[in-house]
Amino acid sequence: MGEKSLLTINHLKKSFDGQTILKDISLQVSRGEVVSIIGPSGSGKSTLLRCATMLETMDSGELIYMGEKAAQEVEGRCVYASRTDLRRIRRYFGLVFQNFNLFPHYSVLKNITDAPMTVDKVPKKEAEKRAMHLLEQFGLADKKDAYPFQLSGGQQQRVSIARALALQPEILFFDEPTSALDPELTGEVLKVIKQLAKEKMTMIIVTHEMQFAKEISDRVIFLEHGNILAQGTAEEVFYSDNARIRDFIGKLNS
Amino acid sequence: MTAILEFWNKFITMLPELMEGFGVTVTIFALTLIFSLPLGLFLSFGRMAKNSLIRTLSKIYISVMRGTPLMLQLVVVYFSPYYVFGIKISNSWRFTAVIVAFVLNYAAYFAEIYRSGIESIPKGQYEAAEVLGYTKVQTFVKIILPQVIKRILPPITNEMITLVKDTSLAFVLAQVEMFTAAKQFAAAQASVMPLMVAGVFYYIFNLIVASLMEFAEKKLNYYR
Ligand SMILES: Nc1ncnc2c1ncn2[C@@H]1O[C@H](COP(=O)(O)OP(=O)(O)OP(=O)(O)O)[C@@H](O)[C@H]1O
Ligand SMILES: [Mg+2]
Repeated sequence: MGEKSLLTINHLKKSFDGQTILKDISLQVSRGEVVSIIGPSGSGKSTLLRCATMLETMDSGELIYMGEKAAQEVEGRCVYASRTDLRRIRRYFGLVFQNFNLFPHYSVLKNITDAPMTVDKVPKKEAEKRAMHLLEQFGLADKKDAYPFQLSGGQQQRVSIARALALQPEILFFDEPTSALDPELTGEVLKVIKQLAKEKMTMIIVTHEMQFAKEISDRVIFLEHGNILAQGTAEEVFYSDNARIRDFIGKLNS
Repeated sequence: MTAILEFWNKFITMLPELMEGFGVTVTIFALTLIFSLPLGLFLSFGRMAKNSLIRTLSKIYISVMRGTPLMLQLVVVYFSPYYVFGIKISNSWRFTAVIVAFVLNYAAYFAEIYRSGIESIPKGQYEAAEVLGYTKVQTFVKIILPQVIKRILPPITNEMITLVKDTSLAFVLAQVEMFTAAKQFAAAQASVMPLMVAGVFYYIFNLIVASLMEFAEKKLNYYR
């Protein structure tokens, strides 16, 4: 394992109700890398992100952030680290949800400052400075006192990205960040993600936006039936001669 | 003219005792809420517990408390020290028994309201909080509960209005509250007027309760 590997997943297996969803996924992500995960509906993309962010427990395999083992194999069983260790490891990553999941009773500003203040004990002044910096960067400074219901979907998603970034994670996961948005709103969210890519933020993005994936990714992973069918640069995967991948890409483009 | 004067005189005579009864009514109302609202929350945790024994016991408790008359529960609570522990029932127990019975009963109703409120919060709220690193307690207190309170305010208001009227059931334990006082006057004066006056008092009390709750609902309308 290279010391540059920020996230390492080894032999991840996951099933629901006896049905195997992820068969044997291994994955390494280095600092500054942008990885897109594409694949048909039901192929296990969300499940993979949910295992990586510990919203689901893996059946077997290893999950390692910055060399720290969140989960490992002990005598053939998947054992998670202690609660305190997991709390520390959880700070390495952030997750952006498809449907934002902002806290409706908090203002935009409080949505972003509350976790740093509650979880990391960041002083209020510092948390607000960080939040305002992010809001300005995302063109939302004038919305700081608004409540989520007063924002468009695109604005809500940008706030939720700011909320995740305020905790200063090493790696950010996105699960279809634009698929709950009207087409005319996806652009503003994709722009923000591109901006982060330019700043060398490490990101793993599940997306159906092929053009976007092509532009932004250092690496594209094609998932099907819980297997990584192909991975490589966007060119390699998009123009792969694997019939299934070509079929999938073709359908999306048509 | 003399009729009005006569009415007024009667009204004035009974007012002090009626007001005293009203005080007891308000006390029963307030104490019941103070204890049953938190107790109901814990009961709803039991109702949703992972442990199936706790879950089943809570479910049975709620079902019995909601499925039997409050009047019967008042009597059972009042006599239980004697039948269960063989303790002689003292006079001071009367009021305590009224409060205990009301609290035990209303906690069951509140528990179901809390439960439906808690279950109506989308899973995504818990997941967002978890990924952000909130502890379970922080998640519940800071993220979930405020949203639950907003959602359950209307059904809680309904229960509070019912409670105002239910306080009159304390008469079965001969606890003198407003209704008992009014009934005594009605018998003595051979007139329904005292009961009417009591009715007006209940109505005004409820009007105040409903307006306060409406105000609280408006206050929480700053978000959706
Ligand atoms: N909690 C769960 N319980 C049972 N089955 C589940 C659960 N979560 C996911 N699944 C199943 O696992 C499979 C993969 O789901 P997943 O959400 O990971 O797919 P996906 O690739 O993200 O699809 P989409 O592109 O539609 O979002 C699906 O068949 C789904 O029904
Ligand atoms: Mg998905």
